[in-house]
Formats: sequence, C-alpha cells, structure tokens
Amino acid sequence: MISERPLLLTNARLIDPTNGRESHGGLLVRDGLIADLGPRIGYVTDATAIDCEGQVLAPGLIDMQAFTGEPGAAHRETLKTASEAAAAGGVTTIVAMPDTNPVLDDPAFIDYVMRRARDTAIVNVIPAAALTKGLEGHEMSEIGLLKDAGAVAFTDAGRSVTNAQVMRRALTYARDFDALILHHVEDPDLVGQGVMNEGEFAARLGLPGIPREAETVMLERDMRLVRLTGGRYHAAMISCADSVEIVKAAKARGLPVTCGVSINNLALNENDIGDYRTFLKLSPPLRHEDDRQAVIAALAEGVIDVIVSDHNPQDVETKRLPFAEAAHGAVGLETLLSAAIRLVNAGDITLPQVLRAMSTRPAEILGLPGGRLERGAPADLIVFDPDSPYVLDRRDLRSVSKNTPFDEARLEGQVTRTIVAGRIVFDRTTP
Amino acid sequence: MAEVGWNHNANQCRASHPIPPLRGDLPPRGEGRAPPQTPWKTLPLEDCALAAPAISPYSRCLKMSALQPPIFPHRHLLGIEGLSALDIQALLDLADQEVEVSRQVEKKKTTLRGRTQINLFFEPSTRTQSSFELAGKRLGADVMNMSVASSSVKKGETLIDTAATLNAMRPDLIIVRHHAAGAVHLLAQKVDCSVVNAGDGAHEHPTQALLDALTIRRNKGRIEGLVVAICGDILHSRVARSNMILLAAMGAQVRLVGPTTLFPPGIERLGFEMFTDMRKGLKDADIVMMLRLQRERMNGSFVPSVKEYFRYYGLDQEKLSFAKPDALVMHPGPMNRGVEIASEVADGAQSLIREQVEMGVAVRMAVLEALAANMANG
Repeated sequence: MISERPLLLTNARLIDPTNGRESHGGLLVRDGLIADLGPRIGYVTDATAIDCEGQVLAPGLIDMQAFTGEPGAAHRETLKTASEAAAAGGVTTIVAMPDTNPVLDDPAFIDYVMRRARDTAIVNVIPAAALTKGLEGHEMSEIGLLKDAGAVAFTDAGRSVTNAQVMRRALTYARDFDALILHHVEDPDLVGQGVMNEGEFAARLGLPGIPREAETVMLERDMRLVRLTGGRYHAAMISCADSVEIVKAAKARGLPVTCGVSINNLALNENDIGDYRTFLKLSPPLRHEDDRQAVIAALAEGVIDVIVSDHNPQDVETKRLPFAEAAHGAVGLETLLSAAIRLVNAGDITLPQVLRAMSTRPAEILGLPGGRLERGAPADLIVFDPDSPYVLDRRDLRSVSKNTPFDEARLEGQVTRTIVAGRIVFDRTTP
Repeated sequence: MAEVGWNHNANQCRASHPIPPLRGDLPPRGEGRAPPQTPWKTLPLEDCALAAPAISPYSRCLKMSALQPPIFPHRHLLGIEGLSALDIQALLDLADQEVEVSRQVEKKKTTLRGRTQINLFFEPSTRTQSSFELAGKRLGADVMNMSVASSSVKKGETLIDTAATLNAMRPDLIIVRHHAAGAVHLLAQKVDCSVVNAGDGAHEHPTQALLDALTIRRNKGRIEGLVVAICGDILHSRVARSNMILLAAMGAQVRLVGPTTLFPPGIERLGFEMFTDMRKGLKDADIVMMLRLQRERMNGSFVPSVKEYFRYYGLDQEKLSFAKPDALVMHPGPMNRGVEIASEVADGAQSLIREQVEMGVAVRMAVLEALAANMANG
C-alpha cells in the first residue's frame, strides 16, 4: 500500500458520537487511520493541512440499508453512482442489499460485488447476503460460506420470511456462525393490496391501507423466535409506536435484538403524500404523525439503534404511475445527513444522538471498526456545517435515479468534505 | 411363553427421568457447555473391570443353571437406556467370543437350534438386516425375513395386528426396525417372544451402539476415559442416541459436534459437551464418530447445502488432525462421501468403518444368544 501524505484537519468541532463528547481541535490522519486528535494537536511538517473553519468533524456515516443496483439494475443505480451519492451525503460505508439480479445468495456474487465496489466505488461497500435462497423464504442460504466470502449480514432485503420454521432454523444456524440477521418486518398477507398507512388519510385518498399490525405481528413473532434460538437479530426498519414497545420489551429481556428506522419515517409522515406523490410511496409506509413522534422519541432513548437511508432508486417508468401501481422506494443516501439534521434543528434530538445512530451503532452491530473518533480507528470522516441552508434540487442528485421525497425541500447541513480511509473522496469547496 | 423367575423388565418398563424445566432464559453462548450431572438413567459401573478378558466370568455364566441369575437379565433388547454397565459389559465380552467363532471355518453354533427368528423391517436396510440374518443363522436359528414391501402392512394392517399375526406363528425372536420412535416398544408389549430393536425412528439403535463399543474396546482396550466426538445429524440419529447413552454409561467423555439446527432442542440439558465448531469439538478426541446426513435435510432446511456442510462439518484430513494422532474414525454407514466424510478419511489408516461391519455380526450373535439364555427351556 502506497503511503500517502498525512492529512491534518484543524480548527474543527470534533464530535465523538460514542460518548457524545464535543471539543474544538484537530485531527491527524496517517496511513488511512486516525493517528491523533484533540485540542492541542501537534504541527506535522509533511502533512496536507485543511482548515475546517469551525465546522463539525465526525465519523463518516454507515448506512445499513441501501440498494446499489449491481448486478442487474444499472439503469436504476450503479455501485459508482451510489458511492458518489453516498460521499456527497457523508456516508462512508454502505451495506449493499442482496435483492439484485442475480440475488446475492452465492459466495461468488458476494465476491463480485466486493471486487466491483473496490474498482468503481469511492466509499466502502459491504454486501449483505440473502438469508434465503433466491429471497424466496423457503431454504436458508449458505450462511457460513457467504460470511467467509465477506457478507456482513443476512437479509431478504424488502421481503419478510413468512415461514416461521424457516426463520427459526435460520436464526439457529446463524448463531453458530455469529451471523447477524437483518429482517424486514412486514407481513405480506396483512399488507395485502395496501399501498400506504391504513387510517383516515388513506380513507380520504381512496387507497388501500397497510395496518401497523403488518409490522407488529411479524416483529412479535420474531422476538419469540429470537428468544427461542438466541440468534442475533436486527429489525431493519420499524415505523410505529407499537413496534417501539415490542423492541423495548425484548431489549429489557436481554434478547440480542437491535432495530433501525428509515430516515423517511423520522422526517416525514403520511400527510406528505399529499396529492398522490409516488416518491413518498415507501415500505414500510409513512405513518401517522403520532408514530413519527414515537420513533423519534425511541431513537433519542436508544430503543431504536440506527437510522438507515433505505436508499431505493427507482426510475421514471416505475414511479410515474398511479399511486397504487407505482413501485415503492426513495433515494436517500445523499440526503440522509440533512434529513437527520432537520430533526436536530427542530429540537427533537441532539446532533451526537443522530450521529451515533448513523455511525457508532451501525459499526457496533455490524462489527466494523469505524463509527468512532479515536486513535487507530479508520479515517472515515465527514466535515459539515449543520446550519448551512440549501434547497434540494433533485436534478443535482448524483444517483442515477432521482426519486427523492425531499425535492425542493429546504434542508440544512450539507457535507463539506468526506474522507474515506484517509483520502478525500468528496470536497464541496472545490467544484 | 413362560417368564423366567427373576425377570427384570428394566428394559421394558422405562422409568421416566425428571423433565427439565422449560427453557426460560437463553443458555450461555459459546463452546463446551458441560452441565455436571450424568445424563439418562444408567446404573453405575460398580467395580467391574473395563478391559476385556478373552473369556470373562460373565460369559461363562451363560451356560449355568437357570437357578442362577443370567448375565443379561432382560427379555428384550429395546434400547441401551435401562441397561446397566454390567449388562453392556457382559454383551461385549460375549461378542468378543463370537468374533472368534465368525473367524473360524466352522462358523456354526447350536445355541439357537430349533428357534425361529423373524426379521421384521418396516424400513429398508441392507447391513443391519443381513447382519441379523447372518447372526441368527450362525447360531443355528431358522431365520425368516418379512419383507414389508410385499406384506399385509402395505395393505393397511396396523402394527398391533401384524404383531398378533406374527405372534401366532410362535417365533422365539423378532428383530424389528420401524420408522416411528416407540413402535418397537409397542410391538414388544403385544408378543410373547423376545424382541430386539433394530432401530426405531430417531430413538434408539442399540445393537449399533454395542457394535461401536465393541469396535472401540477392541482397538483402544477400554472405553472409560476416552473422548468420543459424535458428529453431524444428532437430531435425526438413533445411532447417536444409543451411543450417547452407552458411552456415557461406560465412562467415556462424550462430545456432540454439529450445527445447532441438527441438535435436538433441549439436549443441552442432558449433560454432554456441545460444539458447533468442529475443530474445537475434535480437539484431542480419541474417537471421531460420524453420522449420516439424510439427503432431504441438506438443501436449506437444516443445513444450507452439501457444499457448506462439508466445509464446516465434513470430516476431512485437516479437521481430523485436531483429534489425537491415534484417533480412530467410525461411521455407522451407509456413508455419503463428500458430505459428512471425505474419502481420504473413510478409506484412511485411522478408519474403523470396515471393522464395524464385522463387529456388527458378532454383537448381534451375542445379543441373540444372551436373550436365548433367558428363554423357557433355554
């Protein structure tokens, strides 16, 4: 490995989300790692120095749920474009979902994605493998071989494993390999034809609803199975108040359970669908404002561990359709940080708390070395001003697909610089 | 049929051991969970010598008067559970003699002359059935093989009706294999002759455990104190169950190795060391006992694939190198080469797999002879 010149970041507001501590100072990067940091960092003669102008310097974000297009859906996204969007949004590590074509259920495909990412992506990309073969929910995939090939977690992406026996055996087997199971909790039978949150607003729009019970029934079942098997389990995205109670109870029991929430369910509610805006058709669906408040509170409390972008690029053909017929999903890598800062600026939660949910906690759950500001940690870093305002124009997005729910929204907190393994991969100051 | 005077039916009436509490909290993670108590209900070994003398005093008792207690005080052999260490010892000693008989030119004995033995196999079997047939014939019995495929069972007859029909033919011994656990016990209650369990569901296969024990004892000189790793599909294996009980009763240190999906839930309460990492499980083992993995369990239901199973739980030379240098490899057969065992190991210098088959005949002769000694006019 060619050793690059050290990088010295000075005059920064250092936020270490592991402990929420803030200080003013600098940080020295050497050989891709954080070599030193603190208020009185020494001057290094051969280093490239960057003045952060008092902006926040924090660990790069780790997004546990993103669809990156390759293999098989390059018309929606590629590893290159996804990683550019990620870098511009402050995400330094993406967990790539396995619902590609072919499905990532074979060690050779995991190997392909990792090599392809190494050659084309500018941020870290780690694939999650399919939990069941072909995502069909019948037969567990080669969890041991896939993990050895580099898969960081096992998930059927946007699908739930409805067969409880399959889930039980997968959790049991995964435990032997200390593998993490990421599960989309949404009972497809209860979802039925539903396209948005069940309730008054769906009734007004004349759209079939998705009850909260589609999520809670599946989540409750999973908690029982985790208790039975002891397998490590992460509920990918919860969306409602009842789910928070379920996870809270499971954690109180000491079960190896963690959970995530989509940034969309934190930042938006069902009313944002407004006039049938298909970019806000999501899975899990946007819920009532009370649910949104509940998940924010759960995040602040630590019941919800991580925030994910649920980056799901969709092209015009799949979105420019009547609401019920449109595909669900929204891009989110590039707006993840800004949308989270929106919650901070609204006074709902503190900046270290949201950073923790997007760096420290994902790293802990996935067993990655990043997500913290300390000597020896990988130099995956972001510099941003949480107060700088901008208006999002979806045409500026770096993703192949532009289906953002935040189009023309007033946002704050753009990333100035993104550093991956000590190298600046995104710099807004030099266009 | 008249019962012998001091008929212990210990092997027929199985006292239930206390049921462990339901799993409240998760068991601790990690390898080598070893609860202290001895599993199952087995009688203590007492002071009987474990090394096998050429002719043991127990075997000589066989020919003694019916007024003396027999060496194997059971009417049936339904399982290893319920046998004492002494019972097992006696059968192994007798089997040692049968090995010698089987190696002579004249292999015939007359112990079962005039007796009728019916082999009733509800499940297909090659080696066990032929082994029992040969054993019976070498002891002079008339052996009849009931082929279930062409029998009235196929026409819908119940197990109990089949038992009553066979009983009316006045056999002396019925050897039964059945796909349902407990079926052999049920049949034993309905007939007047001795019944030998040749495998019932995933419950027991006592003669396999005895032949394994004989093979181990003849190669290692003892069973007590040996570290025996039983590897693979414990969940569906009657061989594993019988072996676990027998080996524990004889003082071996039994380890179970396999993915948790192939452990019977709750087995961690029975007091065996359990390993999901095969290398750790084989560390310093004296005996590596492999189990067959059924084809229908390989494709994502219990284990993801043959490829993955072989990688983590298939016995190859590399994994075997974690066991003691003089460790011996066993397999009850039929083997799936490249699934649970590599050919290099199956056919290698440490393999006892061929010898197990030879010991199978000897052990079955010993069992039949020991049961015959208890029969009326025996």
